[in-house]
Amino acid sequence: MYLSEEFRLKVGLAEMLKGGVIMDVTNAEQARIAEQAGASAVMALERVPSDIRKEGGVARMANIRIMRDIMKTVSIPVMAKARIGHFTEALILQEMGADYIDESEVLTPADEEHHIDKKTYKVPFVCGARNLGEALRRIAEGAAMIRTKGEAGSGNIVEAVRHIRTIVKEMRHLTILGKEELVHEAKNLGAPLELVEWVAANGKLPVPNFSAGGIATPADVALVMQLGAEAVFVGSGIFKSEDPEARAKAVVKAATYYKDPIKLLEACEDLGEPMRGLDVSNLPEAELMQTRGW
Amino acid sequence: MKTVGILALQGDFEAHAKAIEKAGGRAIEVRTREEMSRCDGLILPGGESSTMLKLLEYENLLDPLRAFGERKPIYGTCAGAILLAKEVTHPAQLSLGLMDIDVERNGYGRQIDSRIAKLDLNGDGTFEAVFIRAPIIRRVGGDVRVLAKYNGDPVWAEQGRHMVTTFHPELSDDGRVHRRFLEKL
Repeated sequence: MYLSEEFRLKVGLAEMLKGGVIMDVTNAEQARIAEQAGASAVMALERVPSDIRKEGGVARMANIRIMRDIMKTVSIPVMAKARIGHFTEALILQEMGADYIDESEVLTPADEEHHIDKKTYKVPFVCGARNLGEALRRIAEGAAMIRTKGEAGSGNIVEAVRHIRTIVKEMRHLTILGKEELVHEAKNLGAPLELVEWVAANGKLPVPNFSAGGIATPADVALVMQLGAEAVFVGSGIFKSEDPEARAKAVVKAATYYKDPIKLLEACEDLGEPMRGLDVSNLPEAELMQTRGW
Repeated sequence: MKTVGILALQGDFEAHAKAIEKAGGRAIEVRTREEMSRCDGLILPGGESSTMLKLLEYENLLDPLRAFGERKPIYGTCAGAILLAKEVTHPAQLSLGLMDIDVERNGYGRQIDSRIAKLDLNGDGTFEAVFIRAPIIRRVGGDVRVLAKYNGDPVWAEQGRHMVTTFHPELSDDGRVHRRFLEKL
């Protein structure tokens, strides 16, 4: 399944985004700031997650006029979010020329049982996951990139850490199992055996594995990357901070030098205040975004 | 064994490291001037050229990189080819000017226009070329040697010690491009 020409092109763009920062933007001016700072792509959406959280209401795909403005303004890839299961939002975004679609739990789900059948699209998809089973189900549906969900708009890294650690640990576990044990494990994970066997043989996902949800500082970026993320999405963390330009530049630097404490210290100088952030453990279950989708 | 540095600021540097090891070289990731000084040649990988350029500026690596290229071979793929070019358009962007070529960014369009094509290597068989939001080489100088074309445009070219491809051989199983670069070292 994941070796067709079309799928290789989808994964290919994800490969090109490795080691970089994909930044949430809500207008062309923010997109310009992100590109100037060194973002490897931007994610267009109507409101950043922390505003969605604050203001409530239904969060949908971004306004097409604003998306076109953004696409005209920057030369880096422009991604866009579609609601979980909302396959016509995805069709419209594909038609418009989005470079990647994020079927995202940050928006209000359109379907509580079904995700989009992503194999039928020419545009690549990224999907969120909290554990290996969820990641492999999305890949089976055609996702060409996985990002751990974390808790979007929280400015709190704890959930992103939980999810990347969980996936890495579950993958490691598969590598020591025998063939007949993998069948049982596929059942437990609720994932296709073919993909479970691939992970067991290779010790990693068959598509790039990025991290998202709660990343607010250069140190957060370096943390999830040291734990195994290959690139990061930063949402509210940049444009809800005191000095977005400086912070955007700092997180870009941190994604490159995530193993170098001297460079990380440099990235942390003169940053201004980060976004305020939320204690996720105090959030009521209904306000969690990560539990959307399965 | 020759040591090939892969500029690891952003992009698919891991895929290049694997391709170099498979082709018989030793690959190291390069993020600093010190790491650069340990290499016999350098690969500028695929990724976002504007991101790499920013990081080269932040870290004051542009001059050391240009100086490296004046003595030793550099191979640029896609974003790397953009960095090596003399002039960059769509939009205009700073570049190293180490090869006498002009490059248009995202020449084929957006991701939806990305493609896999078979290149004819002038009697040397075919090569599977993976183009991802690829640039197009719009002009080549007199002493630039074009090794392969696609749709009439050069996609694999070399000039003296340097080489570029607008496609990604690191994403294919064919090691000929990486072996050719190793032979230049």
